[in-house]
Amino acid sequence: MLKDEDRIFTNLYGWFDRGLAGARKRGDWSNTRELLKNTPDEIVELVKASGLRGRGGAGFSTGLKWSFMPKQVTDRPHYLIVNADESEPGTCKDREIMRNDPHKLVEGCLIGGYAIRARAAFIYIRGEFYNEAQKLQTAIDEAYDAGLIGKNACGSGYDFDVVLHRGAGAYICGEETALLESLEGKKGQPRLKPPFPAAAGLYGCPSTVNNVESIAVVPTILRRGPEWFAGLGREKNVGTKLFCISGHVNNPCNVEEEMGIPLKELIEKHAGGVVGGWDNLLAVIPGGSSVRCIPKSICDDILMDFDSLMSVKSGLGTAAVIVMNRQTDIIKAIARLSYFYKHESCGQCTPCREGTGWMWRVMERLVSGEAEIEEIDALEKVTKQIEGHTICALGDAAAWPIQGLLAHFRDEVEDRIRSRKGRLTELQAAE
Amino acid sequence: MPKVIVDGIEVEVPEGSTVLQACEAAGKEIPRFCYHDRLSIAGNCRMCLVEVSPGPPKPQASCALPAMDNQEIKTNSEMVISARKGVMEFLLINHPLDCPICDQGGECDLQDQAMGYGNDATRYLEQKRAVTSKEMGPLIKTIMTRCIHCTRCVRFSTEVAGVTDMGALGRGESMEITTYLEKALESELSGNVIDLCPVGALTSKPYSFVSRPWELKKTETIDVMDAIGSNIRVDTRGGEVLRVLPRVNEDINEEWISDKARFSCDGLKRQRLDKPFVRKDGKLVPASWDEALSVVADKMKQISPEAIAVLVGDQCEAESMFALKCLAEKLGIENIDCRQDGAKINTDSRASYLFNSTIAGIEDADAVLLIGTNPRWEAPVLNARIRKQWLETRLPVALIGEEYELTYDVDYLGNSALLLEQILQGQHSFSEILAEAKRPMLIVGMNALARADGDVLLGLCRRIAEQFDLIIEDKDDNESWNGFNVLHTAASRVAGLDMKFVPKDRARYLEDILDDANKGNIEMVYLMAADEIDMSRLGKAFVVYQGHHGDAGAHRADVILPGAAYTEKDGLYVNTEGRPQFAVRAVFPPGDAREDWRIVRALSDVVGSALEFDTPEELHHRLSKAYKTFENIEVVQSSVVTDFGREGKVEQAPFDRGIKDFYMTDPISRASKVMAECSEVFGNTKNA
Repeated sequence: MLKDEDRIFTNLYGWFDRGLAGARKRGDWSNTRELLKNTPDEIVELVKASGLRGRGGAGFSTGLKWSFMPKQVTDRPHYLIVNADESEPGTCKDREIMRNDPHKLVEGCLIGGYAIRARAAFIYIRGEFYNEAQKLQTAIDEAYDAGLIGKNACGSGYDFDVVLHRGAGAYICGEETALLESLEGKKGQPRLKPPFPAAAGLYGCPSTVNNVESIAVVPTILRRGPEWFAGLGREKNVGTKLFCISGHVNNPCNVEEEMGIPLKELIEKHAGGVVGGWDNLLAVIPGGSSVRCIPKSICDDILMDFDSLMSVKSGLGTAAVIVMNRQTDIIKAIARLSYFYKHESCGQCTPCREGTGWMWRVMERLVSGEAEIEEIDALEKVTKQIEGHTICALGDAAAWPIQGLLAHFRDEVEDRIRSRKGRLTELQAAE
Repeated sequence: MPKVIVDGIEVEVPEGSTVLQACEAAGKEIPRFCYHDRLSIAGNCRMCLVEVSPGPPKPQASCALPAMDNQEIKTNSEMVISARKGVMEFLLINHPLDCPICDQGGECDLQDQAMGYGNDATRYLEQKRAVTSKEMGPLIKTIMTRCIHCTRCVRFSTEVAGVTDMGALGRGESMEITTYLEKALESELSGNVIDLCPVGALTSKPYSFVSRPWELKKTETIDVMDAIGSNIRVDTRGGEVLRVLPRVNEDINEEWISDKARFSCDGLKRQRLDKPFVRKDGKLVPASWDEALSVVADKMKQISPEAIAVLVGDQCEAESMFALKCLAEKLGIENIDCRQDGAKINTDSRASYLFNSTIAGIEDADAVLLIGTNPRWEAPVLNARIRKQWLETRLPVALIGEEYELTYDVDYLGNSALLLEQILQGQHSFSEILAEAKRPMLIVGMNALARADGDVLLGLCRRIAEQFDLIIEDKDDNESWNGFNVLHTAASRVAGLDMKFVPKDRARYLEDILDDANKGNIEMVYLMAADEIDMSRLGKAFVVYQGHHGDAGAHRADVILPGAAYTEKDGLYVNTEGRPQFAVRAVFPPGDAREDWRIVRALSDVVGSALEFDTPEELHHRLSKAYKTFENIEVVQSSVVTDFGREGKVEQAPFDRGIKDFYMTDPISRASKVMAECSEVFGNTKNA
C-alpha cells in the first residue's frame, strides 16, 4: 500500500484549500524556477528516466512522446495540448485533479510546455465539467496574477500562456486528433495519422497531447527525482496511479495507489470490498469501458498495471475499475456499453459507423435471448472486422468489451438463448 | 524517389506519392470510394486497405499512407482481402437493395466492387437505416439512404466549387450529408457531385429514370456553352441526347464541366427549327428547301454586295463559318462579322485575342488582375482553376469592373477604366503587386472589350502587360510566360477571328454594320445562328436566319434555313486559348434540318457561285490549308505579341455587368426547361 508521504495528489478529496496558497503549502510552485533552469532536453530525459507512462489509456512513455517534438522552434510555434476531455465511462480521476488540485495541472503545463518548447498550453476540458472549468480557470488566473505563468513565467525568462477551452461534450473529442480538430473549431473527427501531432498538430504546428494526470504528476516527479517515481511499482510499470473504483463495491472512490497493486487489495482496502463479498464478484472491467472485462478467476490475483493486464488480454486503460457482482446482468451491462459506442462513434469511417450500430443491435437481442447460437460467432467476427480497421481507436474500444464478454461469459450468452427457446417450446406445448 | 515493392513488383514513384499511387504504378487496382485524385484525402471509406511492412500488424489505408523507400506492400494477401470484405459488408448492411430502381445502376462503384468483395448473402438481421432525402435544387436528385458517407461531394463543393453549402450533420450512424438548409448548391459546377458520388445517393434530376448506361451511345465531343471547350461525352439513345458528362482533359477542364454544359441538353429538343420557312404576308410559312434557297439566292443577286451583311453566332463550328466566308468572298460581301457582342478585337495579332497563359498555365500564376470579366459565370471551370491556384498559393487576385462574388478572395479595385491608367502609371497599389509578381496574369473580359472604347482598353492592357513584364520570351521556352489573356464567352469566336471573319476595314465593327442596317444602307442580313444581336436595329433589312433554334434571329427572319446544333454536326472549335478541338456528331439534326456547311454549299449552287468542296474532308482540307490554326488539332500554337489596340482616351463609364443570367446565355440554354428552373432558383439571388 502506498505510503502517505509518497502521494502526489495530496488534496484529491478536496479537504484542504485548492487555491494558490493551499497549493503552495502542499509544495506546488515551490521551486518551479529552479526546475526551469534545466534545459528542455534535460527535463525530457528526467521524465524518460522516471518511466512515466501516459495516464490517458494507451500507456505510451510520456518522455519519449515529448522527445518526438522538433528540437528547434521554427516559424511554427509548438503547443502543449492537455486532454481534459475525460469521458471514458467509469473514469473520474482528472475531474478530481481539476476540482481539488488544479495548481498541480497548471504547474505541470508550464514545465511540460517548457520541455517541448511550447509557446502555450491549451487545456481542452470536457463541456460537462462546468464547475471544474471554473475552478481550473480560477487557478490559471491566480497563477497569472502571481506571475507564475504568462510573460517571464516564475521569473525564468520564459513566456508561457495557458488557455482553457471548453468542449461540447463528445466522447470522440477525447481522441487526440479529434480534440485538435475540435479545438480548431471544426467537427470533432479524428485525423489520419501520419502525420502525427508532433509533426503537424494544432493549426498544423508541432503539438503534444497529454492527459491531465500525466501532466499533473510531472512537477512532483522532478522535485522528488525520477528515481523515487521509478522506485514505486514494478519494472516498466512504475509510479503512482489514480484508480477510480466504481460499481458494486461498498465504497466507490478515487484513490492514488502504487502501480501494480493487486486488484483484490485495491478493492478490499480502498473500496470497502465487493457488495456481497469477494466471492460474490462476477467480473471487473479494469481500465474504463474500452477494455475487455476479466472474470473473478483472473481478478483473484491480477496486478493492476499495464503489462500484467495486457497479458490477460485486457488493459489498464484509464485505471477506472468497474466492479460487477453476481447480481449483474453482464450481457446487459456490455450491451449498454455497445450503445454508448454506437452513440459516440463520429461516423467518419465505415467499420465504426456501421459496425457499432450492428453490434449494439445484436447485443440487445442477446440480452433478451432473441437470437440464434450462430449469431454469437457472427458477432465475434464483426468485432474482428472493426478492430484495427478504423482511423482511430474508438473502433477497437467498441469491439473489445464484446470480445471480453464472449471470451469469458459465452456460456451465459448461450444459456440465455437456449432458455428463451425452451420457454417458447413450453408455451407452444401448453397451447 | 522512393522505391517500393508491390506484390513483388518493384516500382519507383515520385516523392510525396501515396501507397495507393504506388500500387497503381505497379498496375495493381486498389478499390476505393472516398479517395479521388482531385480532392483532399479523407481516408474514411477504409476500402483501400493494404498490408504494409514495415508497419503495424494491421491493414493500412493506402490512400493516406506516404510511400516510403523499401516498403513492402501486399495488395491481395489474406489479411487484405478479409479486411476489404469486412468493410464491404459494413457498407452494404445499411445500403438499400434498390439497385433495380436506382439510376446509378450499371455505373455504380459500390455495385462493381461488391462483385469483387461482397458476400452473396447477408448476416445482417436488423432493420436497415433509412435517411430522408434532401432537397438540393433542380439539378441534383438525392436518395440519401443510399449514401455511404464518402464525403466526396462535401470535399468537392468546399474545395473545388468553393461553396460551403454541403456538410455532414450528426454523428455515427446518424451522420447525414446535407446542404443544411435544404437548398440547391450555389455553384455553377454543382452537377459534378453527381459524377463524384460513387453510389446512387446523388443523381441527375433531369435524367432520373430516363435510361440505363448500357442503352446509350457515347460520343466524345466538345462543349460549346462557353469558350473554354470543355471535353464532354454526349450520351444518346435513338437520336435523342439524354445527358452530357465530362471527359478528362488536364489542359482544359480536368474532369469538371459547368452545370450549363451538363444540363442544358434538354434545350436541344425544344424550339427546334426542323423545316425551312419563308415569310409570306408577314407570316412565316413552311417551305421546301428549294423554295427557301431560291428566295435567298434571288435576294442575294438583286442586292449589291455592299448592302449585304453576314453575321455568325457564338456556337458555330469553324467549317460552316469558313464555308460562309468563302461564299461571301465569292459574292464580294465585305460586311462580315463574328463578333456578335461587338467586341473591339482585331485580327492583326493573334496574341491580342487569346488566353495566352493557357488554362493549365493558371497553376503557374502568382497574381491575377481581372478586367471586366466574371469568370465564375463566363467560364466556371476556368474559375475553378483560379480557385485551385488560390487555395494552393493564396495568390493575389484583383478585379476591375462590376463586383462579382467569386470563389476566392478578390481585391476589388473598383468599376472604372481609369484604374487601368493608374495601374499603368504605377500610381495604384496593385501596380506593386504586378511589378513584384514573377508570373502575373491579366484577364480581360468581353465587358471591357465590347465597350465603345474597347480597342483603347485593349491597347491599355497591352501597355500594362509590357510595363510589368507580363510577357517573357525565352529561347529555351522554360521561362516563357505570356500573362496577357482574353477570356472569350463564345465558343466560335476564336475560330472566327483566326479565319478573319471580320470586315476588311480594321476600324469597322459590328456597331457600324448595325448602324448601316438601321439606316437602310444594308438591305440584307444573313445570320448564321446569331441570336445575341439587337434585332430591332436591323431596320428594314431582309433577314435570312440559318440556325437551329427558334430564338431571336428566327423571329426576325424573312427566311429560315434550319441548321444543326453542336451535337448534330462534326466540326472544329477553337477555344479561348487558341486550341482547336474536333467535335463529333452524336445525333442527326431533326426533320429537314441540315448540317450548316451543307446549307451554305447548297445555297452557293443556287446563287450561282458554287463552292469548290463537296465533302467534309475537302472542306476540312481547304480550311486547314487556308489558316494555320486548324492544321494541328488540340495543339495551342504560341502566338507572337505585336502591337495591338488603339491609343486614345478611355471613357469614364463603368463596365457593364456582362452575362445577366448564367443559365440563359444562348439559344440552347434559353430553350432548356432545366435551365429555366435553375434561373428561377438562382438567377436573381446570385451575384445580384
